[in-house]
Amino acid sequence: MDEELDLHGEICPYTFVKSKLALEEMATGQILRVVVDNPSSAENVPRSLRNEGHEVLGVSQIAQREWAIIVKKAPDRR
Amino acid sequence: MWTEDQIRRYSRHIVLKEVGGRGQRKLLDSSVLIVGAGGLGSPVALYLGAAGVGRIGIVDFDQVDLSNLQRQILHTSCDVGRPKVESAVERLAMLNPDVKVIPHAEPLSSANALALLSQYDLVVNGSDNFPTRYLVNDACVFSNKPLVDGSILRFEGHVTVFLPGRGCYRCLFPAPPPPGLMPNCQEAGVLGVLCGVIGSLQGLEALKLLLGIGEPLAGRLLWIDGLSLEIRSLKVRRDPSCPVCGDRPTVTELIDYENFCGLPPEAPLS
Ligand SMILES: [Zn+2]
Repeated sequence: MDEELDLHGEICPYTFVKSKLALEEMATGQILRVVVDNPSSAENVPRSLRNEGHEVLGVSQIAQREWAIIVKKAPDRR
Repeated sequence: MWTEDQIRRYSRHIVLKEVGGRGQRKLLDSSVLIVGAGGLGSPVALYLGAAGVGRIGIVDFDQVDLSNLQRQILHTSCDVGRPKVESAVERLAMLNPDVKVIPHAEPLSSANALALLSQYDLVVNGSDNFPTRYLVNDACVFSNKPLVDGSILRFEGHVTVFLPGRGCYRCLFPAPPPPGLMPNCQEAGVLGVLCGVIGSLQGLEALKLLLGIGEPLAGRLLWIDGLSLEIRSLKVRRDPSCPVCGDRPTVTELIDYENFCGLPPEAPLS
């Protein structure tokens, strides 16, 4: 794990927006762990990150209202 | 880095693959000079301001007139009589605090054009008269600035982009028409909303250039007839015999053409 992002209290689309901004600051191949507290973010964030070309290594529910998304940063565009 | 407000304000840009936080940062770090705070300059300024273009210069020497409000959406009824740059600054400050708006309440002329342009990355032309159109064109050629050009008349308008070294307005129209030949704006009229159509396209092209995405409208001139909504894309190319950007230019310094828009030529003093 290279970076960790705690997005408790954050909803769509900002969970994705903040994950995306965090990944932009990271190097290709680095791993980001994002924690969200609602099921729709747990569903939408991985889909949107994949759509951006990143590799989602896993999504798991780690508590009653807590999901962890593990994503590997893709090479930068252009 | 990003403030919470910025993340929310620009989220619909940031989610775009082609923009992202990097693109948004580019916009915040870029600067645009808008010539004219009128019909075209209004939507351009509002959209570039909303988009978070960090520094926007606006050149306009006019005051807001009641007859402007039918199309110049930067200004309101309360602004009548005020300098246009003043209401523009106020309006944009209310829209987006990230944007620094620099008012240039002076007529654009051969004396100040190059110095003004040198402070900006890109120029958007929203002028309504031939002297300014030619002045802006020539100044962009001399200072290698990209120019997003547009014009409107009655129900029609055009928009095009001139990139340094790839042609200019004089490649199409080498010299201003003689006074009296062209109808002036007040007499000819314009359906106000056309300003929004053409100005928004100018805003689109400006943002594309600043972001470095898509295909700029360079080498093409988009001509739009609002009544039929027929849109034509005409090929334009650099003319090697162009008086200003050609191989042997004859126009080598800025020219202040007489403003004949609506005014009879001045009688020579005897
Ligand atoms: Zn030319």
